[in-house]
Order: sequence, then C-alpha cells, then structure tokens
Amino acid sequence: MEAFRKLASIAAPIQVANIDTDQIIPARFLKTPRSTDHGQFLFHDMRRGKDGNLSEEFILNQKEFKTSGILVADNNFGCGSSRESAVYALHDAGIKCVIAPSFGDIFYTNSLKNGLLPIKLDRSIVQAIWKALASANSSEVEVDLENQTIHLPNGSTYDFEIDPFRKQCLLEGLDDIDLTLKYQESIEQHELSEETNYPWTRSID
Amino acid sequence: MSYSEPKTLFEKIWSRHEILTRDDGVSLLSIDRHLCHEGSFHAFDKLKMENRTVRCPELTVAIADHYVSTSFPEKGNEVEALRVPIEKLEINSKDAGIRLYGVGSNEQGIVHVVGPEQGLTIPGITLVCGDSHTATHGAFGCLAFGIGASEVAHVLATQTLWQTKPKTMRININGSLSDGVVAKDIILHLISVIGANGASGHMIEYAGSTIRGLSMEGRMTICNMSIEAGGRAGMVEPDQKTFDYLKGRKHAPKFKDWDLAIEDWKTLATEPGATFDKEVTVNAEKIAPSLTWGNSPEETLPVTGYIPIPEDEADISKREALQSTLEYMGLAPGQKITDISIDRVFIGSCTNSRIEDLRSAARIAQGKKALVPAIIVPGSTLIKEQAEAEGLDKLFTDAGFEWRSTGCSMCVGMNGDITPPGERCASTSNRNFKGRQGPGSRTHLMSPAMAAAAAITGRVTDARDFG
Repeated sequence: MEAFRKLASIAAPIQVANIDTDQIIPARFLKTPRSTDHGQFLFHDMRRGKDGNLSEEFILNQKEFKTSGILVADNNFGCGSSRESAVYALHDAGIKCVIAPSFGDIFYTNSLKNGLLPIKLDRSIVQAIWKALASANSSEVEVDLENQTIHLPNGSTYDFEIDPFRKQCLLEGLDDIDLTLKYQESIEQHELSEETNYPWTRSID
Repeated sequence: MSYSEPKTLFEKIWSRHEILTRDDGVSLLSIDRHLCHEGSFHAFDKLKMENRTVRCPELTVAIADHYVSTSFPEKGNEVEALRVPIEKLEINSKDAGIRLYGVGSNEQGIVHVVGPEQGLTIPGITLVCGDSHTATHGAFGCLAFGIGASEVAHVLATQTLWQTKPKTMRININGSLSDGVVAKDIILHLISVIGANGASGHMIEYAGSTIRGLSMEGRMTICNMSIEAGGRAGMVEPDQKTFDYLKGRKHAPKFKDWDLAIEDWKTLATEPGATFDKEVTVNAEKIAPSLTWGNSPEETLPVTGYIPIPEDEADISKREALQSTLEYMGLAPGQKITDISIDRVFIGSCTNSRIEDLRSAARIAQGKKALVPAIIVPGSTLIKEQAEAEGLDKLFTDAGFEWRSTGCSMCVGMNGDITPPGERCASTSNRNFKGRQGPGSRTHLMSPAMAAAAAITGRVTDARDFG
C-alpha cells in the first residue's frame, strides 16, 4: 500500500451531507479492473449537468479546484455500498485525504487500505474549515499524519484522532495481510479451539 | 465461581472469535463464513498479484447475483460486458476450490437470501461478505457485516479480519403493529427517527416484543437495512423461530452437531442487566405504512404525509439541500404523498424478495391489472420455484406484472435492469440514492404490498385502503 505521511494540497469544500458511494462512483463502472484509471469515474454523474457535460457548478470542475488533493465534506461521507472502487476513484483522481464530520464505516476502512486518509472532526470544526477556505486567498491545506494535525491557510491548526494501528499501517504503507500472517500460530491455535468447542462453525457440509 | 458482568449477544460472539487483541486495542477476529459474489474479482486479482492463496476455501461460498440477468439467466447475462464478472467468479472459485452456486444452479440467488435459505447462516458465527447488506444475516443471531475488496482479500488469504470493537446500540421496538404495517415500515420509520448515520460506529441489536413477533423474513428485512442507519451490523437474538427456520436446511448442522448447536445457541442471548452504549425505544403502534420521498433513506414519511416545504426550514444549507432533492425527485413542496404518480415498480432485492414478501404483494395484485410496468424478482431460484408451486407466478402475470428470474436486478442498476432517467420507481429495495437504479432514476422505497398497490393505481397508494 502507498504510504501517507504529509500532504500539502488544495482543499475543496463539498457542503452536501450523505454523499453515498453510488454518487462517488456509479454502479455501471464497478466491473472495471483496478489497473484502469478510476479517476475518470469520480463523481461521474454528480459533476455533470442534465446535458451530460461537466458542470461549472461542481467544485472539482472549477479551475482552482481541479488539482484538489483534499476534500472537506459533510456528514456521512461515503455511506452506502461497500464498493472499494469509490476509494479507487478518489485516489486515482489525486484525492488522498477526506475531512468530514462522519463517514460510512466501510468507506472509512476501505480508505485506510488504499493510502487515503479519512479524518473525522466535529462538524463545528469542519464548518470552521469551510469558512476559512472561503475567506482565505489560498485553499492550500497541510495534513500531517505523524503529528495528527491540519494547518489551514489562515494559520489555524486543528488536531485529529486516528486509531494507532491504522496510523502505523498508513505511515509505513504496510500491507496488513503480511502483518497478519506473522500471527499464524495464534490463528491456528484459535481455530483448533473453535473446531473443538463449536465444530459446526468451522465446516460446511 | 467469579462474578462476571452480564454480556450482550454481540460481546459473546465477539469474544469467542477474538484471536488476539493488540495493545492499541485492535483485535484479530476469526471468520467462520465468507460469501463472495461477482464483485470479489478485485480481491482475487489482488491475491494473484501478490502470489497468495485462499487459506480456507471450504469456509467460502461463491454466489452469482449482482450481474445476473433476470430476463436471460441461462446465459448469465445477454450483454457480454456484464457476463465477464460472472465468468470471473466462476473461474476464481474453481481455481481456489471454492463451492460455487452460479448461474444455472438450483441454489443460486441473491447472496443474502441464499445464505440463510441454505443454512450457511447460523447463530453465533462471524459471517462476512463484500457487500454492505451483509447485516441481513444478523437476523439469525450471528455477527455479520459488509467489507470492501481489500478486506475480502484479507479474509481469503487469512480467514481473519482486523477489527476495532464497535460500540453497541440496542433498539427496542415494542407493541403490536397496526394492520397493514410490516417490517419494511418499521425499518424505514426507524431510520427516519435516528437518521442515516444514527448508528454510525455501532453494532445494533434489535430487541423488544415487536421484533420477537416478526417472522425470520421480517427480521431479515430489518437487519438488512442496518447499514442505511449507518450501523456496522444488526442482529436479533436467536429463538425457537430461528431454530425452526434452520432445521433441515442443506448446510445447517446435522445429527449430533444439531443438538450441540441448539444447546449452544440457547446460551447466546443478551443477559438481563447487560449494558449498551446507546439505547433507543420505538413504539410500534405508532408506525404507519411508510415510504421514502427523497434521496436518503432517512427521508421517510408515512403514506398519509405531505412533502416537506423548503421555506419551513430555518437552516440555509438544509433548505438548499431540500430544494435540490425536490428538484431531483420532481416533487412539489407540500404535495400530498398519495398524489405522487409512479412510472414503474420493482419488487425484489435482498430486502424484500422472500416468499412472505411475494405473497404479500400477491394479495394486493390478485384479480387486478397493473397500470405501469412492474417486475417481480424472487430472491432465489428456490423461492421462485416455491412461488410457482403456490401459483403466484400466474397470479402476477394475470395481473400484468412481469415474472422474472432471481438476481439483484433493479436494486443495484448494474445488470441491465434499470429505471430510465426521470422515471419514478416504487421499489422494495434498500437505497433511494440519486442514480442508484440507473442514471437520473427516482426511487421511492416501500414495502412489497405498497409497491404492488402502486403498480395497480400508477401512484403512491396506501395499501390498507386497497380492497
């Protein structure tokens, strides 16, 4: 997995709640193999008008925000379907961090497995970030995972929380399958005890 | 004997599957059952790239559902590009030695319908699947949750998962349901009360007299939509109904194992005095037949209600969001819900495609004629056969409904069954997101009886008034 340590990038505010993974990437693109650039599918229908053309109203279509690496979103970002392609689409479009008051649980986990940092902050802080981005001359935000801080263009700084295990995996770009296989002995012991105590759970006849 | 804190159903299953817990609080959990569908190709591709093998193919079952055509199931799908993921599932499961219930198999159907139906889903186990509606299986008193492709790969390679213990939430639903109110109405109402992220980070246990009174099918409908409330999983304590449903199912424990399993399953229930991080109580008697009007499942109203008026909303961002939703949905502020016209009807999906659902739709459709295109998609091949044995297929086709083969169909909009742009669909599925049923589609979620009534009248209709 790609490591994440620090990121300084344009941050785009997306002030809409409940942006589900169907909006991040519509279902018809899910059959696409990972090797294909998924950035082209990001917000595919959401960023287009009724005529099918890119709409200037959608922030990532605006010149200033085309190279955004950070999204500052609202409640429940990434809710809905477990499709990891939603994270592939963000990642391939260059978005490596999403800040929001809350996330869909599966999306949150999927992000961490692909080098994309999801940051949960109180909605009042997210609102303050939107405000700061609207009033500052620059939209560049710096995210520092090691120190768990966010620096805004107006000079203010916010701390964020992240589970230490996921933080370590992100900082080191660790693949957790390799990590898990180091516990092979404990896994086998546990399986043996499950097989002894609850034999019907460990086979399908 | 040492005193121990009363435990919840969830805690009992969790601790039974905890292989180890790291100092930082993350646990490695053993996984008993893994169900795969066509979307698993990403995970298999990852394993291949990393030169890894499937550790416990015998605990994995592959089932084709997302891309299967409901009109031409014998080919998988008539569209070549949509056939590819089905073929990948066949190849990947064959290569790994995984049991496959694929196209043409008598056991095939929607993964969350097939699991319980085949006795793969049993109390006390951990069950995962690369699909957010995996919570459905929790109706049997197991810990079941949806995962993404990386975690699917992790389970395939290790038969374990790293998990942070979620918080717990008990939702108590008590009282008798009014006539014509069903499980779908309960869960839609509940989501409207607690919100689309009301259970975020939580494992839900559904309890109370109303839940105990529901059939296994009804409990599955409730648990299915836990994710629409933001919950990681939903579960119901196993009881005699659970055991009766499972007895004799193809993969359920047998002989001596069955007796031992029953003995164990009876010890799983949450103990009196056990505590939850959050408790919510709902009075079932106050629930009316309900449906969604917007693009989030929390945007639910009773069928007797009226579309909200943006001007009544004080918060500017909420007012704008409401205006945008009404525009997308083509609805007028203050419009009477039953004045909404419907263009097509979909009865199916892992939420509502079981025999009880089909019977309930059939009671409305019997002897009537559908005014708009309506499809009935049974949840599995076995349910289709059972419905046909009961004559439901004939009843539906006589009433102008289309009788299809099983699959995810129009719930997911990726197999050829879609709602065209701008059209309004009365749907028994679980998501009313923008474009969910096809680009530009407008979805109203409701129960099978309400969807059948909408097919007959061509507008949103209170199924209770429908004689």
